[in-house]
Amino acid sequence: MDQITKVNENNYQLPSEVIPDPGANIVLGGPHDYSSVTERIAGVVYLPMKNSPKRWLVGAFFAFCLVNVLFFAVYMLFMRGVGIWGLNIPVAWGFAIINFVWWIGIGHAGTLISAILFLLKQDWRTSINRFSEAMTLFAVACAGMFPILHLGRPWLFYWLLPYPNSMWLWPQPRSPLEWDVFAVSTYGTVSLVFWYVGLLPDLASLRDTAPSMLQRKIYGLMSLGWRGSAIHWHRYQKAYLLLAGLSTPLVLSVHTIVSFDFAVSQLPGWHTTIFPPYFVAGAVYSGFAMVLTLIIPLRAWYNMRDLITLRTIEAACKLMLGVGLIVAYGYACEAFFAWYSGDKYEAFMYTNRAFGPYWWTYWMLILCNIALPQLLWSQKMRHNLTVVWLLSIVINIGMWLERFEIVVTSLHRDFLPSSWGMYFPTKWDIMTYVGTIGFFMLLIFLFVRTLPSISIFEVREQVHHDLHKDPVEKH
Amino acid sequence: MSHAVSTKRYAGLHGALAQFNTPEELIDACEKAYADGYRKMDAYAPMPVEGLAEAIGYKKNKVALCVLIAGCSGICFGLGLLEWISQIAYPHNIGGRPLNSWPAFIPITFECMILFSALTSMISMLAMNGLPRPYHSVFNVPSFERASVDKFFLCIESEDPKFEPDHTLEFLKTLGPEEVNYVPE
Repeated sequence: MDQITKVNENNYQLPSEVIPDPGANIVLGGPHDYSSVTERIAGVVYLPMKNSPKRWLVGAFFAFCLVNVLFFAVYMLFMRGVGIWGLNIPVAWGFAIINFVWWIGIGHAGTLISAILFLLKQDWRTSINRFSEAMTLFAVACAGMFPILHLGRPWLFYWLLPYPNSMWLWPQPRSPLEWDVFAVSTYGTVSLVFWYVGLLPDLASLRDTAPSMLQRKIYGLMSLGWRGSAIHWHRYQKAYLLLAGLSTPLVLSVHTIVSFDFAVSQLPGWHTTIFPPYFVAGAVYSGFAMVLTLIIPLRAWYNMRDLITLRTIEAACKLMLGVGLIVAYGYACEAFFAWYSGDKYEAFMYTNRAFGPYWWTYWMLILCNIALPQLLWSQKMRHNLTVVWLLSIVINIGMWLERFEIVVTSLHRDFLPSSWGMYFPTKWDIMTYVGTIGFFMLLIFLFVRTLPSISIFEVREQVHHDLHKDPVEKH
Repeated sequence: MSHAVSTKRYAGLHGALAQFNTPEELIDACEKAYADGYRKMDAYAPMPVEGLAEAIGYKKNKVALCVLIAGCSGICFGLGLLEWISQIAYPHNIGGRPLNSWPAFIPITFECMILFSALTSMISMLAMNGLPRPYHSVFNVPSFERASVDKFFLCIESEDPKFEPDHTLEFLKTLGPEEVNYVPE
């Protein structure tokens, strides 16, 4: 123990001058070596509060206030029941489902970045995969809250699970809502496992470099005694590859099953075969938008422009543009089916969407999800981070509106005009929704300060790769 | 464990450790040690190094097999559970529809397969690696702290039949390391 009690005084600081971005061709700025990347990334965790950016404190406090709003809204819900929400017949699915789909969709980009782009060997994902996995986990936590809260008696949520109970009752395994229980809980668990496995070697680095004994003990416990043995790495890489291979179909299945909640019903506008691919694309679209919303400030606050470079941001923008076009194709298909089916209810549903009482949500979503993101075709726009950041917010709003439009406009005017009605959220709906945004933000703020937000060992691999790059290949 | 040490040839000595600066030097050293007849050794690196495990003679990796078995168990569990619920435990005749409506059981079966496989890939990797294990003899060498940061290590263990403290340390010095050390238990 003697050697590790000799610990430096904690005087970590962020690099004093602004480190420039190396440009859109380079994955990792530099010059960096194995220890400098460790120090830069782990340094963010070791920053004492006095050297931490003030914006972190302000942001975390703001998020904490919103969490209290969430607690208050949930407290009132528990005391008075779901009647305080704006749900009623005919719109019995309101904010809870809209927000559930929105949050779980945001999570999907994290898995896409960490699993699918890993399998495709995209090196630019290295700098953002840890962060987006954390985003996935926190988004799934927010998503999971809504289906549980909207149960009339949330404390009996375990009735959804098949377990031998005293009345020998079992859930209906043919219902997409029951599939959802399995899909979302599996997704949450697997995301956690993937994230933790990815963290293991970095926790060992923190154990060996942290400035305080307490930190060394905590990270030491969490690292499970990882010592970087070659044989361990060999098994580790196999396990990681398998997890990536398993997460890839998982992420597609989860949003497919979420879309089945709608597509299996017989309502005009919901009962279509385009839903699964269209939902998955929408999920990835909003998830990439959220990643960009978060990493653009992150790299500026912590002076990490050489670690998360324009290369990553530009690639994320291009992917976002691509998936956005698939989403646009989905909208076009909906319109085409409404006309081509010859079904008058289907056709009415579509005209009602575009020109009925909720017309503005439809046109806002066309503006946010299809029109404005076309700016990303221009490289100048992709390199202007203010534009990219604002667009990412616009897309998040657009994707929320898309779910609002799908849920509400199909329900509020269905087959019988006598049963038509309108849906308006109450203040409790809005407080719960805003509260989960605060909960998500608070978790992100805490994560950035307690765990390495970039995968250190993968950046070391990138350093190694750059050292041995063919000179012709060097830009 | 004190009683276990007595059976070893060199009580209180885990092995000899050489420290290198780059992964290439480490692979080279491992290959030379293997060629020299050493078998009980381990290499340590702060990141995965291609070919390193093979250089110290490691060939079989059973993680994938475990995951395959777990995936198959997941399928059996998921499908078995749903068939049992809908045909035996809680059969409902709704408009004469079949009790064994297996296409509707695929999503949950699929999720169970993924869940079982994913958990097994983590658990089997950790179990085969002997983790969690907070204490290990190599941590006794002060410079080993950098095995998780920027240095690369080769440890020839005292259990190796060819291991002799002085001779092995001299051998390690010929491999061009930055530093060599004995590793106390």
